[in-house]
Amino acid sequence: MSDAITHEAHHHGPPTGAKRWLYSTNHKDIGTMYLIFALIMLFIGGAMAMVIRAELWMPGLQLVQPDFFNNLVTNHALIMVFAVVMPAGVGLANWMIPLMIGAPDMAMPRMNNMSFWLLPPAACMLILSMIVPFFGGGQTVNTGWTLYPPLSIQSGMGMDLLIFTIHILGVSSIMGSINIITTIINMRAPGMTMMKLPMFVWSWFYTALLLIVVMPIFAGGVTMLLFDRHFGTSFFDAAGGGDPVLFQHIFWFFGHPEVYVLLLPSIGVLGMVIPTFARKPLFGYKSLVYGMAALYGLGLIVWAHHQYTIGMSIETTTYFMIGTILISIPVGLMIFNFIFTLWRGSITFETPMLFALGIIVMFSFAGTTGVMLAVVPADLQYHDTYFVVAHFHYALIPGSLFGLYAAVFFWLPKWTGHMYNERLGKIFFWWTTIGFNLTFFPQHFSGLAGMPRRIVDYNMIFTEFNVMSSVGAFIFGLSHLLFLYIIIKTIKGGEKATDEVWEGSSIGCAGLEWTVPSPPPFHTFETAPQVK
Amino acid sequence: MHLKRDSKLRLATIGGVFALSNPAYAEYGLNLVEPASELTANVFDLHMLTTKLAFYITVVVTVFVAFILVRYRRSSGAEADQEMHTNKFGVYSWLLVPLIVLGIDLSLVGPANDTLKQVEQHVDAELTVKVTGSQWKWTYDYLDNGVRVVSNLQEHEADEVGYLRSVDNHFVLPVDTNIRFLHTATDVLHAWWVPAIAIKKDSIPGYIHETSTRVTKEGTYYGQCAENCGKGHAYMPIVVDVISKEKFSEWVVARTADANAAAAEASADKVWSKEDLMARGEELYVKNCAACHQVNGAGLPPVFPALKGSAIALGAVAEHLDVVIKGKAGTAMAAWGAQLNDLEVAAIVTYERNAWGNDAGDLVQPADVKSAR
Ligand code: HEC
Ligand code: HEM
Ligand SMILES: [Cu+2]
Ligand SMILES: [Cu+2]
Repeated sequence: MSDAITHEAHHHGPPTGAKRWLYSTNHKDIGTMYLIFALIMLFIGGAMAMVIRAELWMPGLQLVQPDFFNNLVTNHALIMVFAVVMPAGVGLANWMIPLMIGAPDMAMPRMNNMSFWLLPPAACMLILSMIVPFFGGGQTVNTGWTLYPPLSIQSGMGMDLLIFTIHILGVSSIMGSINIITTIINMRAPGMTMMKLPMFVWSWFYTALLLIVVMPIFAGGVTMLLFDRHFGTSFFDAAGGGDPVLFQHIFWFFGHPEVYVLLLPSIGVLGMVIPTFARKPLFGYKSLVYGMAALYGLGLIVWAHHQYTIGMSIETTTYFMIGTILISIPVGLMIFNFIFTLWRGSITFETPMLFALGIIVMFSFAGTTGVMLAVVPADLQYHDTYFVVAHFHYALIPGSLFGLYAAVFFWLPKWTGHMYNERLGKIFFWWTTIGFNLTFFPQHFSGLAGMPRRIVDYNMIFTEFNVMSSVGAFIFGLSHLLFLYIIIKTIKGGEKATDEVWEGSSIGCAGLEWTVPSPPPFHTFETAPQVK
Repeated sequence: MHLKRDSKLRLATIGGVFALSNPAYAEYGLNLVEPASELTANVFDLHMLTTKLAFYITVVVTVFVAFILVRYRRSSGAEADQEMHTNKFGVYSWLLVPLIVLGIDLSLVGPANDTLKQVEQHVDAELTVKVTGSQWKWTYDYLDNGVRVVSNLQEHEADEVGYLRSVDNHFVLPVDTNIRFLHTATDVLHAWWVPAIAIKKDSIPGYIHETSTRVTKEGTYYGQCAENCGKGHAYMPIVVDVISKEKFSEWVVARTADANAAAAEASADKVWSKEDLMARGEELYVKNCAACHQVNGAGLPPVFPALKGSAIALGAVAEHLDVVIKGKAGTAMAAWGAQLNDLEVAAIVTYERNAWGNDAGDLVQPADVKSAR
């Protein structure tokens, strides 16, 4: 392709071939790549979960060896968190934020390209970290995603690969976050004041701020680990005057806010979906904006609730307990506002709305088990059992994954210009929801009965609930083939979508995305729209 | 939405029926393990309080949402109120939430704090036991009388009741006694957890953490390591026999006699025959070393080196002793010197040098070990 044509193409449409994607600086294309990447990784991370659940189907070792099992647990979690939910969130941000605020593109399109293209090599390294142990790479990374030393010091080369993966992912998300914040602050169309921003944009504003604060700390922590492993330092080695617990503090100083990084974009999606299908402006817009700020602040200072068992002083423990319980206030506020957006609305039940409603109920439930876990003496029993696994999957799957699904169904017509098949969408919702609950609800009981997490094998007293869990997991996993089918089918064709797509889409603080055609042209808002 | 809650309840019921219908699984309830000490009983009550709260909140939210969905569904002709967010309720209602939620929170913090104080209370202990986690076994040192119990997994088939729940040496405690546990670890993190009798604290190398309990019911209690410690994490169960004080005193006397006999046996002056050393060595090797180096000495390279044909096992005795006694920092190879006495080390090393076709031919005597320490 000659330069002249590329130049032409720049004004009239996308360049063609691989270059369109490799060199892309277009927020829509980059958004699409992020979303496709996340979808592929969802299947990889999900397949790992299926192997884990298949192994846990029955007492006894059937499929995998203990070391590899915990390597699967580690990489399943890292993939789900860093290669599925986060990239999908960034993909949505790329697609929607410029469209919502009337910007022609992200503020730094070239950096945008780089943030994305760092991901595939990082994902390859992440997967490689699981493969090297089979080729003389030493001990597997059998630590779980928390990477606690001293166990992570014992791991072989896979651990080093993971550390570099985290570095690359960190660079990618920090660049992405800077881009998003700059876009939101500088690129809004005239008249689009901060207090008119769609909730999704606000949610990403806080998410990006959080990432910039916590990612460098995690990167620093794993770098210290790298030094302990190879360069003779002993940051985390008690025998050399170091402290294994220090790493836990560093990890969770990152790890707890990370949970909000996963959650907030989906909360933003709810803030768009619920008003649309209740045909009523978002209730409590301001309190949601300030509530997220409170969540941001509190989220940064409660990390040690993941470490109640490390033997902190009673005063410190009490502080972290009270801080954690207080988080229920902003979270309660969100749920309250969503529920009162429904109140006196005119509600219909399209697929995105079904997911949104499911989230309200299931995420509230996760919140209540969260309060149970926050209560220290009780957590000294729950900690590191399947009760925790059940809790965080209730928080992460409805809280982030289902929010992403709602977003996909909500905006797919806008992206592709076609309506998805509503009946299939609804079947998918019920199928996943039933599968999900069947998988994770019984785990509350196996946890209470005393089954620790990260174990490859168990006594037969835990059998029943594990069987239910595994059956549920297969049902849940399988439903995603339908998801894939719906997406592909919608991309290929279907009923034409209107510009507004949804009847209620322009109610309240909607974004400008509904003013452009479906699908939007390659370049949008080349002259800034005026917002009244 | 209400459908979904129903399905959860139904699930719970199915689970319950499952659990209750099979007598072999009778101890498998839907709730936290039944407490057998005052402390765990208090924690249990707190757990019931939070559980009830969680249950009610979930039910209220679900029912309320379900009500709204039915009442304001468009198919029933509901019209949306476009101005609701601007009326008084819309502007001030956010204040309600902190008030309600704070109310609920405060109702929890009080009891939580009381129980926390009990958990952290340091009563005068009548018995202190140091509990040490190692990859992958538990060592119990009764600090008041020098008794030591080393507790390893006992093998069972997966369909046996004892699978992953049995150990060779049970941990023995007296009933109605203030017991203090000191938790630590030799290699990586572990967590000693027996839900019926004590809450968990992590065992961390370089730290000593304290928990205490007073068990009120005699019986056998089960638990297992709760903090991921690698390959054998699922394979370090805990079995505690809580017996009467009299029986416990007898047990201590018997154990002390055994320990004295073993110490006398291990005393440095005695020279042992090859047969004796090999026989003891094999037994000890299988128990302590085979998890990593395998029974046939082939190891699991590259992580766990083979000892069969290893340069160290066939090389100088001093180096071999050095690895076994001092371990290898930063690897799973622990310093066994602290856990095994001179005779035991001598037997294992002799065994490694002469088993599986290794032909070093030499014997290592307790005296050699003593001087190598
Ligand atoms: C938790 C796993 C584990 C257990 C249990 C274990 N070892 Fe090891 N052992 C290792 C590892 C890992 C190494 C390699 C250390 C290194 O990288 O140099 C090792 C190395 C050795 C070596 C040096 C071998 C060589 O060729 O480098 C000897 C000898 C040895 N162990 C003896 C023992 C004895 C004796 C026991 C039992 C008392 C034992 N080990 C128990 C993990 C273990
Ligand atoms: C396909 C559905 C899923 C299934 C069946 C599933 C199943 C599992 C299982 C069995 C474990 C291991 C628990 C243990 O042994 O300790 C696990 C761990 C975990 N999963 Fe999932 N999971 C799913 C989706 C997700 C998603 C979407 C996320 C995140 C957004 C996630 C995050 C995690 C995390 C953080 C861990 C903890 C890993 C650790 O212990 O270090 N999972 N999951
Ligand atoms: Cu947290
Ligand atoms: Cu352990």
